[in-house]
Amino acid sequence: MINFILRNIWQRIILLVFISIISHAVVHLAPGEPALVDPSNPRMKAEDVQRIRAAYHLDEPIHIQYIYWVRDLFTGELKSFKDNQPVMEKIWGKFLNSLPLFIVSMMIIWFLAFPVGIEAAINRDSKFDRTSTFISYALISFPGYFLAYLLIIFMVKTFNIPVIGMRTFGLEEAPLLLRSMDRVWHLTLPAIISAIAGIAVLSRYVRSQMLEVIHQDYMRTARAKGLPEDQVIYHHGLRNALLPFITMFGLMIPGLIGGSVIFETIFAWPGMGRLGFEAILARDFPVILTLNFFAAVLVLLGTLISDVLYAVADPRIKF
Amino acid sequence: MNEPIINFEADALTPSKGLFQERWDILKRNRRAYVSFWFLIVLFVLALLGKVFTQNIILFDPKIVRLSEKFLPPLTPFASTITPKEDAPLVGIYLLGTDELGRDVFARMVEGSFVSLTIGFVAVGIALTVGIFFGGLAGYYGRVKLAFITVDTLIMRFVDIMLCFPSFFLILTVVALLPPSIYNIMIVIGLTSWMGIARFVRAEFLSLRDQDFVLAARSQAIPEWRIIFIHMVPNAIAPVLVSATIGVATAILTESALSFLGFGVQPPDATWGNIMADGRTFLFDAPWLMFIPGFTILFVVLAFNLCGEGLREAFNPKLRSTP
Repeated sequence: MINFILRNIWQRIILLVFISIISHAVVHLAPGEPALVDPSNPRMKAEDVQRIRAAYHLDEPIHIQYIYWVRDLFTGELKSFKDNQPVMEKIWGKFLNSLPLFIVSMMIIWFLAFPVGIEAAINRDSKFDRTSTFISYALISFPGYFLAYLLIIFMVKTFNIPVIGMRTFGLEEAPLLLRSMDRVWHLTLPAIISAIAGIAVLSRYVRSQMLEVIHQDYMRTARAKGLPEDQVIYHHGLRNALLPFITMFGLMIPGLIGGSVIFETIFAWPGMGRLGFEAILARDFPVILTLNFFAAVLVLLGTLISDVLYAVADPRIKF
Repeated sequence: MNEPIINFEADALTPSKGLFQERWDILKRNRRAYVSFWFLIVLFVLALLGKVFTQNIILFDPKIVRLSEKFLPPLTPFASTITPKEDAPLVGIYLLGTDELGRDVFARMVEGSFVSLTIGFVAVGIALTVGIFFGGLAGYYGRVKLAFITVDTLIMRFVDIMLCFPSFFLILTVVALLPPSIYNIMIVIGLTSWMGIARFVRAEFLSLRDQDFVLAARSQAIPEWRIIFIHMVPNAIAPVLVSATIGVATAILTESALSFLGFGVQPPDATWGNIMADGRTFLFDAPWLMFIPGFTILFVVLAFNLCGEGLREAFNPKLRSTP
């Protein structure tokens, strides 16, 4: 077991090195440099550009720049080009903002997708199955922000839900209870909207997993023993259908960064997706690279955890 | 005396339906997929006609700016005294209204459908080419050793690496850093979505490469590229076709998301995505500017998804709902 985990970690570290090299190359080889973001500024002279380039090692060959980046990343010295703030602190702050949004939307996804998927699988080809299939296809076909706009108009008009930012301005002095209620209230709409596509995809997946399990021999055996139907479905069926979802969970973790760019922009949510978007606009290479690196670490960590959990949960897997 | 027997045998051995016919019948039975399929065919014809009528034989011109006619709701008849007569829309009605510059939204949508579909198809075409190439290499030459690792390990590790990037963030980074152009968008979307296809092709190749027809082809000294691309790829194409259909839908959605952030196709080229992105500023004054392209994208992407699902069922008998 220990060997298995160590080998997995080792393989992932090698992958991580290659990922960082590729993303570094992609960002640095693309045209457009931070020093050239504002070419129309008359006060930027050629020697200023040269000075900026030298200060950020941009005049070095690309492999030297890579070494500088790795050194700075691991000594915590990495500074943003834009405002000279330490990158790790910046990302950590935004990560803490993104995390509650991610957790709540994950909870919505998993708590809704399972009942819908199981119900659809048990009553295959029923009216419920057909409608839920169609609705989930419709939901994944919506352009994300179009659906967000429709929902915002509807929700704001009916429930008066706030849509901008993480908290109401000027409530810093309010009692704790009021402040946390305010946070939850601001969280509602972004979390629901980022969960919608996930619910559609996951409920389809739950359905197909359940369908695969439902015709197995052990299900018939369980029924033949005279067990109540609920126990057959949830105890014998669902438990076996659950295994692949350990992997699914690992694969959903990177959504923390990539999936949130659009929604965080719509809701002015100061999270990681927005940080990345602003960094891209400003050609802030250290932030872009570190975010990419962070995303890759999350993916690899997610798959590692799911591999290990899979091995723990499924006794058929031997090391 | 033997003749009738031979004929009789030949008749009995011919399958009643060809493979394609059989798949087609299964697809037909899935009502939604069948309707979506014809919807898409009609859409392609419309997009082609739109291309011809907006660029070659100009019936409706999406570029005419009529500042006195801005924000007219759909189905407004042309009744302006300021705008010259030759700038009037076809049949004298703004079918889908006008936008903030008085341009005919219908003409822009028609022009945009060709561009949007082109983005979808070219991006998927690139993904298919790269995916089939790498998947085929990994599947066919998988056991060949290069120095200390096999070709299969090398390629599949590379696929793993590509899968680790958050795809939308990567697309956004590259598109934002490159000069804005419609070709860059197609290429970047294509180059970031081939991994699934490569995996499918590899999996199919692993089971195909030891089959008799491949052995037979090899024994005739047919060149290897011919075995891979002419003999094996057509046998591995079914799952690829399904994911390509859904890939077109994803590419259209990605383009619209990029347009929202301002990195999509730049004006004067119109796409559904950038018409909608421009329209969101006027959501309350001129809701049709956002709703028309929004629902168009919804229906087209839905049709692609349902069609892909129908194809998946047709190719994979295990998923069929009626046994």
